Order: sequence, then structure tokens, then C-alpha cells
Amino acid sequence: MPEDTGRPHVQSEPPSPIRGTGHTYASVTDKISAITLSRRTPRGWLLGFGVAFLVVMVLLFAITYLLAVGVGIWGINMPVAWGFAIVNFVWWIGIGHAGTLISAILLLMRQQWRTSINRFAEAMTLFAVACAGLFPVLHLGRPWFFYWLIPYPNTMDIWPQFRSPLVWDFFAVSTYGTVSLLFWYIGLIPDFATLRDRSQSSIGRIIYGMLAMGWRGAARHWHRYEIAYLLLAGLATPLVVSVHSIVSFDFAVALLPGWHSTIFPPYFVAGAIFSGFAMVLTIAIPVRAVYHLEEFITMQHLRNMALIILTTGLIVGYGYLMEAFTALYSGNDYEIFTLYNRMFGPYALLYWLMLGCNVLAPQVLWFRQVRGSVPLLFVIALIVNVGMWLERFTIVVTSLHRDFLPSSWGMYYPTIWDWATFVGTIGLFVALLFLFLRFLPMISIFEMRELVAETTSSDAT
Amino acid sequence: MQSLHTPPNLSLYGLMAEFATPDALLEATRCARRAGYRNVEAYTPFPVEGLAEALDFHRTSLPLVVLLGGAIGGLGAYFFQYWLNVMHYPLNVGGRPLHSWPAFIPVTFEMTILIASLAAVLGMLALNGLPMPYHPLFNVPRFALATRDRFFLCIEARDPQFDRTETRRFLESVAAYEVFEVEP
Repeated sequence: MPEDTGRPHVQSEPPSPIRGTGHTYASVTDKISAITLSRRTPRGWLLGFGVAFLVVMVLLFAITYLLAVGVGIWGINMPVAWGFAIVNFVWWIGIGHAGTLISAILLLMRQQWRTSINRFAEAMTLFAVACAGLFPVLHLGRPWFFYWLIPYPNTMDIWPQFRSPLVWDFFAVSTYGTVSLLFWYIGLIPDFATLRDRSQSSIGRIIYGMLAMGWRGAARHWHRYEIAYLLLAGLATPLVVSVHSIVSFDFAVALLPGWHSTIFPPYFVAGAIFSGFAMVLTIAIPVRAVYHLEEFITMQHLRNMALIILTTGLIVGYGYLMEAFTALYSGNDYEIFTLYNRMFGPYALLYWLMLGCNVLAPQVLWFRQVRGSVPLLFVIALIVNVGMWLERFTIVVTSLHRDFLPSSWGMYYPTIWDWATFVGTIGLFVALLFLFLRFLPMISIFEMRELVAETTSSDAT
Repeated sequence: MQSLHTPPNLSLYGLMAEFATPDALLEATRCARRAGYRNVEAYTPFPVEGLAEALDFHRTSLPLVVLLGGAIGGLGAYFFQYWLNVMHYPLNVGGRPLHSWPAFIPVTFEMTILIASLAAVLGMLALNGLPMPYHPLFNVPRFALATRDRFFLCIEARDPQFDRTETRRFLESVAAYEVFEVEP
């Protein structure tokens, strides 16, 4: 708990979201499962989901047109062959990283406060990876042959090139998606059992019952369950670091000035955590207000996440600084020109906006009053989301659009189809999130009960 | 007194006692073990520390399964890439070595994690005997609270020491809330 050191009155009491609220095993169970099991769908939910669903239709339309006509409908061309598709891919996959960080790394560090946010952070990871995975596949040109990336014996006798970062990327992202799904599902099994036992409708009992797979909370089962969960956390921790490192290899392994840099892997991982936590805040703040979950997702959670954003933001700022320093110190004309072009070239506005969003704006989080203000935190989270998207844009486009020879210079302008696909994935993300909030417990119920047990027994002693 | 009229053990999965707190359950579990019962299982709405130990359940082969999964994934991925690039389809790119091991590491690493994670989840489910569509315990309506706020201890009828009357008396003596008969 970085914030609490040196403040003894907080230190003596480990942060726990339900201490002193008088919650019992039954009350946490009923409160969280009621959101899922309530027969009445809130009107706000219908409205929100309806809007998101319309945006998903825009995405489907854009994808259909792309499949019919080809990637020429996007603004990409030589020299900028990687446009929005790669920008959005890297942006989305980075957002996913906070979910795994919260569920795995904070679990291994015994940070109890993670309990009330890990479930929906993991859901966010899954949905972000789903959005991310679309882009490279759509960018392939012939997306229906995407399975050629999988090594399988085939009549053409061709194999993927295992020395290529694009194949590494395929393995990294598909592993990440699978492991995130496993982690999420295994965490949900005991909660599915709770929903099965508490559901009033026979459909609910059947569906949740099948998903619970007959879980009955036997002590021997819990024992193996906890070992499996801990091992998965241990496996997911290096995985999450590896995924964005490998994504950064897509750039760093290339010989292009502005990409070919050893700082990329750590700088990408820090940026991923930075943008991911901003997205967790962006979701958590409205959700806790709408569903009245302030007792579970407390100010302590928001403050902790703000501190993580501040810390990773500083690392990202250091990354920008070192990128510039390395370019200047290299003495390489092309590297120096790329830096100069980023700062003062045709896309300079985006570069300075990025610095403002990612480096300047989070500095207000040094102030305790800002960390304690929910609206300000929400605004900063949004700014960081935008800033990280700008960072991906700057990295991808400014390095490409000035090729080595001025005769092959060009500009990249996104078309309406670029925007439709990008906005469409935001709609997909939000729609999936709405479905998740309605049909699955958004807070881990059994872990909350465990927390009740721990706090009541430690209060008694 | 109804136990005198029914044949012993035949039409019964076991006897199940309900408790209100994890501590009461833990104590009762220890008592049952001390009283010599062997086929005992405890059911809780969340993992309770020390319960598996109280049931003399210490070792599970799950970590070994995960280790094997990781080893198979890692070695398999590495040697697959070796076989492909060196033996099956050697491709000379500017005279660079065919066995370019650093380039094989990312896929090797990812496959290690993937297979180990699958082994962890599927191994946990398999060792726990899940999915299990039917279980006698669910015949007791109160057992629905085992996923909310109640704690249960079941002594199974196949326990050599099980006796309908005696076991019920024992469970009542360890301060159970209520004792249920579980039909098979």
C-alpha cells in the first residue's frame, strides 16, 4: 500500500472494503447476486445496451464492407501500411493488461482490496482482448485465411515463419486470451453455484447449474481450487509481462527509426498498465454509482488505482524521455530526424497532445484532494485513455510516414471506415460489458464472504 | 425412533449436519476424525483455512500436473520449432543458422504458460470429479445455503463406523444446528 506508509492510523488497519459496514456472509451474497438475479431489467441498462448494440451493428457493417471490398477502404497505403488497425490493436491489448495485473499480481502480493474489483477487471481484459484480436485479423487482407498462422500439417506444405514477431504475436495474444478466459471462469465457478442455488427461475437454475458444473464447496475441492487459482496467478503474471513485450517486438524487431529500440518492451508494459488502470477507473466509477456499490468499491480502491496510474505514468514519461535521448545520442541522422519529425512534423500536434495527456495530466494525482474526488478521477482516466491512444498513433504513423527516401514520403488520413471500425469495437466492448453486468456477478461473491470471515475474526481477536 | 423401522444404511448417502460458523464446523470435523470416522466431507461457502488439514487432506497431485503441463508445452514447442526449421523445412536466409534458438523463445514461453494453465484448470476439475451433474447432497433443500452462509459436515454411509442412530447422536453432540438424512 504505497499511500499508507507513514500514516500509522491507516497502517494498523489493513484496507478491506467491508470492514465496519456490518456485512455478513448472507448480506454480501444477497446484495451482489440480487443484481444478476433480479427479474426486472433496469431501464437505464436497456437504454445503454441498446445504444451499444447499435454501435456493434456499425462494426458489423464496416467489417462486412471490408470483407467484400478489401483493406483499400481504409486509409492505409504505402508508406503507412499500418494505420488504425495496429494503433487500435495495441491500444486495446494494453487496456486488457490491468485486469490480469489486478487479478494475478495483486493476488500474489496479498492485496486484499483487489477482491471487489478483480472480477470486472478480468471481464474488461477479456472484452478488450476480443476487440484487440479483431484488428490484426481484419488487417491481414484475406482475413478468412487467418488460420494459416496456426502451425498445422497442410496440403500446401507451408508453415508459419517462427522467426517472425507477427507469429510470436499470434501465439502471445491467443495464449493471453485463453488464459484470461480460464482465470475468469475458474473464479466464477463458486459464484455460479451460488446463483444456481439462489435463482428463482428454472432457466436460471439450469444455465447457472451447468456453468457451476456441480460445484458444492467440498473442503477437498476448495483445497485443490485454491492451489489451481494460485498457480494460475503465478502463470498469468509472467504472461502479462510477456504479451505486451511481444507486441512491442512487432515494432522493435523492425529496423525502422523510431521503432528499433530496446526500451520498447518495458515502456510498452508500463504503458499497458497505465492505460488499463485508466480504463478500470473509467468503468468502475459509473458502475459503483449506478449499482450503489460504494461499500464494496470504496474510495480506497479509487485512490489506490490513481496512485498506480501516477506511478506508471511517470514510467511512461521516462520512456518518452529516454526515446528522445537515445535518438539524439545515437548520432544517427534517421533517428534524429524521426524525433524531430514527431515533435515538429505534420503530426506534431498529436505528439504534444499525447505528452499533455500522459505526462502532464496525471501529475495532478500528487494531490490528495484530487485523488479523493471521484469526478476529477473520472476525467483524468478519460484523458489517459485518449493519451494512450495518441501514443499508439504517434508510434505507428510518424515512424512510417517519412520513409528513408523523401520520394517515398506520404501521409496517413483515416477514412470513415477506419473510424467506423474503431468506434464499432468500443461499442462491442461496452455491449459485452453491459451483458456481463446483467448476467454475471460483477464482484466475486465467495471472495467477499472470505473477506467477511477474515475481518470478523480479526475484529474479534 | 424412526431409525428402528428403516433398514440400516441402505437407503442413505449419509448424514449431514448444519453449522452456522466456520469455527463450529472446523471443531466438529476434528471431533468426527477423532471419533474414528473416515468418509467425512465438509462443505463451505468459501475456503476455510485448516479444514482440509482437519480432514487429513494434505497432498494433491495438482502442482505436479501443472509442472508436467508446462514441461510438455515448453519442450514440445521448442522441439517442434527445431524440427520444423532444422529438419523438416530448412530455409537458408542469408546464411543465418537454422537453429536460431533466441527466435524460438517467445513461442516456447507462451506455449509453456498455455499448456500449464490448461493443466491447472482441467486438472483441478478432473481431480475434483467435476463436472458432476447429480449429487445426492442436493436432495437436502437446506444444502442450497452451502453457497451462501451455512457450513455442512457430511458423514457418509459407506463409512465402516457409520450407524444411523449412533452417527446422528454424534453429530447432535457436536452442537450441530440440525442433522439431515441425505438420500442417495
